Amino acid sequence: MPSIKVLAKREEERVRFTGGHSLCAGCAEPMIVRTVLNAIEEPVVVANATGCLEVATTRYPTTVWNVPWIHSAFENAAATIAGVEAAYKALRKIGKMEKRIRFVAFAGDGGTYDIGLQSLSGALERGHDFLYVVLNNEAYMNTGVQRSSATPRWASATTSPVGKAIPGKPQDRKDLTEIAAAHHVAYVAQASVSHLIDLANKVERAMKYEGPKVINVLSTCPLGWRVPWDKSVEIAKLAVETCYWPLYEVEQGRYRITYKPRKKLPIEEWLKPQGRFRHLFKSEKGKELIAELQTAVDRHWEELLMKERCTQEG
Amino acid sequence: MKKVMTGHKAVAEAMRQIEPDVVAVYPITPQSEIAEYYAQYVADGIVHTELVPVESEHSAMSACVGAAAAGARVMTATASQGLALMIEILYIAASMRLPIVMALANRALSGPINIHCDHSDAYLARDSGAVQIFAESAQEAYDYMIMAQKLAEHKEVRLPVIVNLDGFTLTHSAQVVEPLEDAQVKEFVGEYEPIYPLLDVDNPSTWGPFAMPDYYFELKRAQQAAMEAVPEVFLSVQEEYAKLSGRPYKGLFEPYKLEDAERVLVVMGSTAGTAKVAVDELRAKGEKVGLLKVWLWRPFPREEIASALEGAKVVAVLDRAFSFGNMGALYLDITSALMHRERRPIVVNYIYGLGGRDTSTEQLIQVLQEIKDAQPGEGLRYLGLRE
Repeated sequence: MPSIKVLAKREEERVRFTGGHSLCAGCAEPMIVRTVLNAIEEPVVVANATGCLEVATTRYPTTVWNVPWIHSAFENAAATIAGVEAAYKALRKIGKMEKRIRFVAFAGDGGTYDIGLQSLSGALERGHDFLYVVLNNEAYMNTGVQRSSATPRWASATTSPVGKAIPGKPQDRKDLTEIAAAHHVAYVAQASVSHLIDLANKVERAMKYEGPKVINVLSTCPLGWRVPWDKSVEIAKLAVETCYWPLYEVEQGRYRITYKPRKKLPIEEWLKPQGRFRHLFKSEKGKELIAELQTAVDRHWEELLMKERCTQEG
Repeated sequence: MKKVMTGHKAVAEAMRQIEPDVVAVYPITPQSEIAEYYAQYVADGIVHTELVPVESEHSAMSACVGAAAAGARVMTATASQGLALMIEILYIAASMRLPIVMALANRALSGPINIHCDHSDAYLARDSGAVQIFAESAQEAYDYMIMAQKLAEHKEVRLPVIVNLDGFTLTHSAQVVEPLEDAQVKEFVGEYEPIYPLLDVDNPSTWGPFAMPDYYFELKRAQQAAMEAVPEVFLSVQEEYAKLSGRPYKGLFEPYKLEDAERVLVVMGSTAGTAKVAVDELRAKGEKVGLLKVWLWRPFPREEIASALEGAKVVAVLDRAFSFGNMGALYLDITSALMHRERRPIVVNYIYGLGGRDTSTEQLIQVLQEIKDAQPGEGLRYLGLRE
């Protein structure tokens, strides 16, 4: 597994993602992107969905990408990388391509959970050899914090605002990680910016396999979550410690929780520091809603433990 | 050797002979057989092509974009709603200057849903930045698929090229087609040399960046320059292909008995075949009528077409789709091309053949006769419509 030393050495030697981008202070995305790219030894080609990462890294005529990179549209990162990979396979067949190249797609939760779900599902089913990384900041942050189907229940977003009648987004978030796993691909995982070595390990394990791989990474957006910019790693850690965002993987159908909090923290610890949940702490009704959220987190965590027990050997 | 085959088979054969690296395709009536034939070639192992059997046309064009940017030779085919679903990415493909060749089995756009021919799908892609060619017959569809590959990949062009063939009329009817030998096609299209391929990992390139008001305009201007380079390349590709095939491809459009014609039909696609019969019948009676069949529709050969039409008395432009709220798109192309000429014919506009409505020789004879009395500035006329 790649140690910090190895990751740091690779970062120094080959600089796949350079500085000079215009992502916000405290944005988790560059940390995740660097970790993913450094965890892969071979040359990579990257496809990027429309979103913060794309607009902030390729303002014409500049680029921060020191690896081949393509952006086409919002909903088609998976189909785009599938095309790149198909070209690679075809050119290998006729002896025009010798090198071993790996393929990575980066897309946000909007570009994956919502508008790009079909494109992703198609590419997973067809079995292209690529790693799909979701930069999941739980809303359409690039366009001004509109709700997505990854936005947690009762979070405030600009298209699910807190009002007198409705206290934020009334629907539960979609479970994209399980949807990906239901395609029975070789490797699916959940990771968080707060646990970068865990993420690097997951990328390395994923890349052992030919075929589609998906890693859904929780990616703090200080602007959208309304948290201080210097707290983005800390906040993401609370998502893991409360089991709101468990770190786990599904490797060839076997579930493994890669980090189990010694003492599961109450959901309030994750909600409280974030402005988008502030309204829940201001009323009796809010308390009830928090209790409901706790019940949901508990149920999902129990389910995950059960899946791990059921699918592990011995 | 002459063979009897459908338009589908002719297009699929051209694709097999070109043998692109990647074909990303989604089935839709009346295009499906192209996808089916090609899937069979792949299943039989007679082509090295990676077939990407995508889950939608949106992904078909997206995979084409990825594969073409990667450095592969790429083809696809679609129709109607499929093109509508692709259209977002077709614009992007053109902006990235990707030489993707696509057969478009022309079919009416919904709604109401209809699987038969008109040109509303091609009209939808009019301003996409893709080159558009119309075929009259299965033979032309075959020939232009091969010429399109060379045109698309020319370094001054590097644009997606659409070869239009009328759904059912051409795709499903058996016609005599004379294909070239495999080796002739391979030699004609040559080895593909990509520019800045993504798979050149030692020389990384950034494709599809974000352009603000400080650069967007200049980038789009460069795209227009690529379109402006098309006619000259088109003619040189035709010339080379004419030598190879012995077929008379010469010109951005096909003039038929046009030199002294006083009354002229302008059409695109398979209706040109019917129009030729109509012209012949009236010529036999001594009437000075002719036909202009559009091959290259985008970019539109304004000056060449204006020169060919300016001597006529009346021109009837047949549009096989509405441009709702205005005259037909082809009529607008032609009238705007003629407006600065000193000699200007009266131009009338017929909407015809929508949703697969048949157009007969008799109807076209009637058009050529009734336009004698045409007045300047008339509104739309309709051909074969129950009012």
